[in-house]
Amino acid sequence: MKYSDISNRRVDQRLKRRQRAERRYRLYGQVAITLALLFLLMFFASIITRAVPAFYYHRVNLTLELSPKVFAGRQGEPLPRKITERQAKSLMEDAIALELGALAQRERLRRALIAPLAALELKQLLEKEAEVRHRLGDRLLLPFVLNSAGENCIRNACANSAEVDDFGLSEGQRQALSILHKRGLITRHFNLVFFTHSDSRSSESAGILGALLGSFWALLIAFLLAFPLGLFTAIHLQEFAPRNRLTYLIEVAIYNLAAVPSIVFGLLGLAIFLNWWHLPRSAPLVGGMVLALMTLPTIVVASRNALAAVAGGIRSAGLALGASRVQVVFHHVLPSAMPGILTGTIIGMAQALGETAPLLMIGMVAFIAQAPLSPLEPATALPVQIFIWADHPDPAFSSRSAAAILVMLVFLIVMNSLAVILRRSFERSG
Amino acid sequence: MAFVTSVFVFSALAGLVVYLHTFARSRSFLRIDSYSFPNASMLVGFGAALLVAVTLLGIPSLLSPLASSVVRSPLVVVALCALVGACAVFIFVRYAPRNFPAHKMVEISARAILFLSSTVAVATTIAIVVSLLFETLRFLEDVPLFDFLFGLHWSPQTALFEDEVGSSGAFGAVPVILGTLLITFIAIAVAVPIGLFAAIYLSEFAKSSTRSIVKPLLEILSGIPTVVYGFFAALVLAPTIRVFGEAIGLQVASESALAAGLVMGVMLIPFISSLSDDALKAVPRDLRDASLALGATQGETIAKVVLPAAFPGVLAGVLLAFSRAIGETMIVVMAAGLAAKLTFNPLAAPTTITVQIVTLLVGDQEFDSSKTLSAFALGMLLFCITLIINASALFATRRYGARYE
Repeated sequence: MKYSDISNRRVDQRLKRRQRAERRYRLYGQVAITLALLFLLMFFASIITRAVPAFYYHRVNLTLELSPKVFAGRQGEPLPRKITERQAKSLMEDAIALELGALAQRERLRRALIAPLAALELKQLLEKEAEVRHRLGDRLLLPFVLNSAGENCIRNACANSAEVDDFGLSEGQRQALSILHKRGLITRHFNLVFFTHSDSRSSESAGILGALLGSFWALLIAFLLAFPLGLFTAIHLQEFAPRNRLTYLIEVAIYNLAAVPSIVFGLLGLAIFLNWWHLPRSAPLVGGMVLALMTLPTIVVASRNALAAVAGGIRSAGLALGASRVQVVFHHVLPSAMPGILTGTIIGMAQALGETAPLLMIGMVAFIAQAPLSPLEPATALPVQIFIWADHPDPAFSSRSAAAILVMLVFLIVMNSLAVILRRSFERSG
Repeated sequence: MAFVTSVFVFSALAGLVVYLHTFARSRSFLRIDSYSFPNASMLVGFGAALLVAVTLLGIPSLLSPLASSVVRSPLVVVALCALVGACAVFIFVRYAPRNFPAHKMVEISARAILFLSSTVAVATTIAIVVSLLFETLRFLEDVPLFDFLFGLHWSPQTALFEDEVGSSGAFGAVPVILGTLLITFIAIAVAVPIGLFAAIYLSEFAKSSTRSIVKPLLEILSGIPTVVYGFFAALVLAPTIRVFGEAIGLQVASESALAAGLVMGVMLIPFISSLSDDALKAVPRDLRDASLALGATQGETIAKVVLPAAFPGVLAGVLLAFSRAIGETMIVVMAAGLAAKLTFNPLAAPTTITVQIVTLLVGDQEFDSSKTLSAFALGMLLFCITLIINASALFATRRYGARYE
């Protein structure tokens, strides 16, 4: 009796210990998952908070007097059809003086607060509106883009005068800006320039159009090369290849390519496509060729799985009806495997969209202010643009980098959900 | 100029539409139709494709100053030969005698095309090896292999000025390799416990509703491009670590190995968890049931039965993660250091193989200096290391993995 009591107690104790260990085990798993998800949350939160400032910017609304003095004309004369940038600039300086009273340093104030882009915009606006027939002496209320120093100052409420130096503004300029702000002349706008302009030296006119086009061309070339090559390779391996050394070699080569670091593909592109074949540097054509080689294994593996999933009866039936093997594959097997193949291709293209390292190797990392209109013009790609801007000391650029990340993530989400939808519809019909 | 180019792009797109349309009319896309092979629609389609190719590649290039470099390219010569050959075949088939066995020709040529496409992967592998080997041998003419592999000093940038003392630079790869290993070990130390425990929890403990939510969320991590991780490491995590470190009185470099390693570890979590998940799933149900029937708890079953059985698969996953971490570029380019230092301090800023390759080859375009050639030698080193690791992962699964099938 006594002995069994003790043994029961021991068993109970051990059982409790084992159950505690069991709970601890579960806890480890939960902690691991929580950590990973917490990181994901932190990741998106920090990128979104950094990206938001890039999607808006401020303009200062100034009353512009088309003063006859600037155009060397008389009151009431029509505005000349051609306006120089110099004249636009002095119009803006007058407008600043009109708002803030006669200022001694109005040119310096314009340079400090208003973006270089604004003078060009004003010139184009006035020339375009020639048919409206503005006359000298008219007053117009027009918005002007602030430059990055002014923009930074407004965003940080221009409050702390100790930090004035950080914005590159003098005390007087800062005060001028806060007067304008208090009068409600500074308004917030959506940053459309970010989508309609290419890279630029000044943050307020820098956009992702060129990078988007560069990525588009590179992906187009990659798709045109990798899709047929991957598909044909998969068909050969899955449907025709005899079991021999050569087939084994091809399979090993494909699995090896899938595991080669991406930067090595960049070295390949540099050594073969640029130094040996003399293709143009920085061109999306070469970028697309490298990306095609990188996505080839993904497409081959996905296509092989899709082809293998096609029921064998279809092949036998086709052959029994007298179709040749090529006919069976192209007329019957391939159409039913197509959704799976396309799913794999889309996933491969999504990987290629985010790939950066090989593009650095072939020179797609450069300051290129013009959007590429063909795959032979020098260009950057979206991930490379993110890399370039992230390195920039100006916080306005790193915020644009985060915004470009958001744009890229949107594209990736669209592509991946397309792949998921395709797979779902395939599973339903199959 | 821009206008002209855009006109050509539009005409190319129009050509593409015509091309696809003719294909659509010949019953179905991607079918070789009914062996009346040289029919009119195919010829029209071929002509349209030619038009597309010429407009897309040729004419804009003729208008731009890049033309000369494109025309000189052997690729263009090869492409032109292929086009001429294809035209010849089409014309021959068009005017072929009536008893010409088109049926067989289509069969043979289709299979030949399929086979030739599949050799591209082999050709690419050979091209990688040859191009790396070629440049590496040129590099080893200047720097002995022993000095490269075991030298303790890496400073290729001194080769900028030719007359300067020490203009040959120093090419000892040990500090670079150690930096790579340091960051990789931090990454593995983060990724393996989190990834493995997440996989165990999801495949053994979690309800299927939890799994269906958490698994896709974890997979998001693997879909994020590495440049985005790099952005996070360089602009969010590194400054935070620095502030924390300085608050407790530690000297932290602004490009610390810790930040790069941590973020790389997070990148590898879904990789490890999905490979471990596969390995755990491959363990047969019987083993689990037997262990549970003997009175073991679920945790004991996993620790003593399932994990040992799945170990080769898990090990292969860890090895693959390791090779991926070594070859990872963007995170370390953005968040790790540039100067090679012999250090094991995770708060210092060591450099890695990939960072050196990028910094050596971006911008500078002299392809005969030891400086640029050393990048190819590092690439060769990287290729060999990853190849060995991947092969051993394959070996682990082949040798020990298939026991329960």
